Amino acid sequence: MKLRFLAPVLVFAVLVPLLIFGLSRNPAELPSPYIGKPAPVFTLPDLEDPSRTVSSDDYAGRYALVNVWATWCTGCREEHGFLLTLAERGEVPIYGLNWRDDGAAARRWLAELGDPYVATGFDPDGRVGIDWGVYGAPETFLIGPDGTVLHRHVSPLTEAVWQRDFVPLIAQEGR
Amino acid sequence: MIPELGHFALTLALSLAVCQGILPLVGAHRGDAALMGVARPAATGQLVFVAIAFACLATAFLTDDFSVLYVARNSQLALPDIYKFSAIWGAHEGSLLLWTLILSIWTVAVARFSRELAEPFVARVLAVLGLLSCGFLLFMLLTSNPFERLFPAPSDGADLNPLLQDPGLAYHPPVLYTGYVGFAVAFAFAVAAMISGDLDKAWARWTRPWTTWAWVFLTVGIALGSWWAYYELGWGGWWAWDPVENASFMPWLVGTALIHSLAVTERRGLFKSWTLLLAIAAFSLSLLGTFFVRSGILVSVHAFATDPARGRFILMFLAVVIGSALGLYAWRAHTLDSPAGFRPLSRETFLLLNNVLLVIAAALVLLGTLAPLGVEWVTGEKISVGPPWFDVAFSLPMIPLMFLLGAGMHAAWRYQPAPGLGRLLKWPALVALVAGIAVPALFYGWAGSLVAVGGIAAFWIMAVSLVQPLRSWRRAPGTPGMSRAVAGMSIAHFGVGMFVLGVTVVSAFSVEQDLKLAPGESVEAAGYTFHLRGFQNVTGPNYRALEAEVEIRRDGRHVATVRPQERTYLVQQNPMTEAGIDPGWNRDLFIALGQPLGGDTWSVRVQYRPLIRFIWFGAVVMAIGGIVAASDRRYRLTAPARERQPVAAEKPA
Amino acid sequence: MTRVLVCLVALLPAAAFAIDGERLDDPELQARYERIITEVRCLQCLNQSIKDSDAFLASDLRREIRRLLTEGKSDEEIYDFVATRYGEFALYRPRFSGKTLLLWAGPLLLFVVGAFVAFRIVRGRMSLPIEDP
Repeated sequence: MKLRFLAPVLVFAVLVPLLIFGLSRNPAELPSPYIGKPAPVFTLPDLEDPSRTVSSDDYAGRYALVNVWATWCTGCREEHGFLLTLAERGEVPIYGLNWRDDGAAARRWLAELGDPYVATGFDPDGRVGIDWGVYGAPETFLIGPDGTVLHRHVSPLTEAVWQRDFVPLIAQEGR
Repeated sequence: MIPELGHFALTLALSLAVCQGILPLVGAHRGDAALMGVARPAATGQLVFVAIAFACLATAFLTDDFSVLYVARNSQLALPDIYKFSAIWGAHEGSLLLWTLILSIWTVAVARFSRELAEPFVARVLAVLGLLSCGFLLFMLLTSNPFERLFPAPSDGADLNPLLQDPGLAYHPPVLYTGYVGFAVAFAFAVAAMISGDLDKAWARWTRPWTTWAWVFLTVGIALGSWWAYYELGWGGWWAWDPVENASFMPWLVGTALIHSLAVTERRGLFKSWTLLLAIAAFSLSLLGTFFVRSGILVSVHAFATDPARGRFILMFLAVVIGSALGLYAWRAHTLDSPAGFRPLSRETFLLLNNVLLVIAAALVLLGTLAPLGVEWVTGEKISVGPPWFDVAFSLPMIPLMFLLGAGMHAAWRYQPAPGLGRLLKWPALVALVAGIAVPALFYGWAGSLVAVGGIAAFWIMAVSLVQPLRSWRRAPGTPGMSRAVAGMSIAHFGVGMFVLGVTVVSAFSVEQDLKLAPGESVEAAGYTFHLRGFQNVTGPNYRALEAEVEIRRDGRHVATVRPQERTYLVQQNPMTEAGIDPGWNRDLFIALGQPLGGDTWSVRVQYRPLIRFIWFGAVVMAIGGIVAASDRRYRLTAPARERQPVAAEKPA
Repeated sequence: MTRVLVCLVALLPAAAFAIDGERLDDPELQARYERIITEVRCLQCLNQSIKDSDAFLASDLRREIRRLLTEGKSDEEIYDFVATRYGEFALYRPRFSGKTLLLWAGPLLLFVVGAFVAFRIVRGRMSLPIEDP
């Protein structure tokens, strides 16, 4: 059997595992390029009180969650209950990034559903969203005390996801 | 009741497919005529049952039977009947049924038109087709049953995706699938030849028309898809190198190579193992395309709703089918060598180069399509490969191919003396040089040397394609004219020239502007004035729309009035842009509404697309050439036994 | 994950598309802008450039790119801006690197192999008899 007749089946044999790999991953899930790198800095007006500002300095030196949300996002409503529980437990302060939203609607949302956030930055034109590489709400970033991005979760946060992906990354002294 | 009937018919079709796939193979192996005789009736019976299943699904759609899950998801009471019918293949399950139906039709066609072939050979071909059919029927019954019930039945369906509510859905998928599935015939011929070890010139003559017909359908199917995307998706693009588009283009490229390599095998008995490989590859790439589309491993604008379970099934099926065909190839192909030779300047050499370049092109498309997956596999990082890469990579093999094509068409078999070819091609070359540079420059302006290369290639191909028809027309009375095969070749290549001209001009000279426009205002683009008269609300059967009336004028004279719409479909509430297009043989004017910018002002996209119709006309002309060539006398003649040389005589001792 | 898709798709009008009607005053910048936006992928969509997408993320990115262009940034700096935030995935023209070596070298490599194979076949056949056996 000459190699040139065997070559096609060999090429195909390489292709099959590649396709199997293709099935095992989610093509729509994008890793954040910021993982392990310093998180982008921002300063935004506070959603509740535009005369104050929210900035990345507010959580410097601590573990923090930055949660991207909006009132048009159905997934955000889904995870809101868990965010409230998480805030109550006080494990990590949660900062909100209200992305591409209407300010009045967003304030109403927090008044009605409860406010899990230490503070929420108001980003109606999505400029900070772009700096953070946000592509679909809800997204949740875990920031380490040194200001690096440890993890990004895209899609509603749940207890299971929290325990699996976030808790192991938070060192004990950080709590 | 009717859906259960359909489901039952599919089960019966599967059992017949199993018989058709196994018994004739055994019969051919043992020389048992009775077992071989199962193939034809089984194929016919299978078609009957698949057709019954298809009719049941059609009935469910047309009678709004929303107790069928697939109907509930893809139809709605107010949907016009034509869309209810084409919604049958509007999503995964039903399109798979259409695919299976088309495969059955091809199979019965082979059974019907193969009376002159040796019985064991036909038995093997039909058995291979039966086995393929088994795979698809199993796929449907195990993972994608279109007849699944929904309890309780909703009072109304979720509607067909508005993008698909277009005549395009009625004609594009059936034609495209007929092309895809048609390559299964060439595949079955190849596998049968490898099993029997019997591959002679008659084999090539038999395989050729089937392959050409499949290619014709695929060509038209792709062109229709491109045209549909152009007017429906709203941004005026005709090709985006999207994974799903590439999935249809790879089998086309390989199928085109196959048609040309079959010519060498038929004429000279050469390139046999290569022809076999291409026949396997063309269908394998069709299967791979199905996998891409339905597994969702690559993100595409044209994606089906996807499901990993289905992906796993197709992948398994793909691995078995392609793996065993290529395994058989590795085992048997080396027995097929032939001692015939040719000189470096000959038709054979040109066709060899054609094949090498087309296969490189197909391999590059595959590389670009799978590269994101490969990079992620190796490094864990995601990348995208888009038009900027494909445009460059693809033109590398295509530009030499365009120029070689012209010479290859006129080179003699075996040996072509150079001076003769030079004399013949002198005039077409001159015409191409002058027209290729002058015509685009005069009509549209000078736009760089790459455009000149495209123009020269286009006119070169068109000019050389006229050489044989002109000679035939001016021949001495009483001498025979050109054969249909030569006429078909000339027509098809002329179509290639038109296509190249269209692509060159449309990519270089399109004008595209995004603007703000309010009623009473006008904008200028490419010498045309677009005047927005005003808006009105219109109501369709299942949508509301805001319709703009735009008058297009040139030099103060009325050219056309177009009515682009912004539609909202009532069930899914999605806004949809319907572009207003004024088509013309030499240019399209295209205007589409974007977003309201407050008041009556809208953002609009205005486009001037010169010669864009040449792209699709070119493809249609290519297909017509294919039909003419496939109708050549020698394929219609029955093959007398004396022409069927036993392959042993050709084999080296 | 399907939820995210639902969320994304819910925001995505199917085939309406992006037209800002915003133009840059300098025709040279406008031409660069028009080219750059065809080469940046919209991440909120299924395989569309930010030019052809109407997702708001695409329109935000277009606005940022217009801003960067008027600030005098080079094409490379703009692609960097996008890739830093969204990763190499957002660029339709993969940048040359170790990861994409095979992709960019592929065409050339295939050409060399193809030419070699064709040469071998022609050389092997040219000395054989041209009459049919």
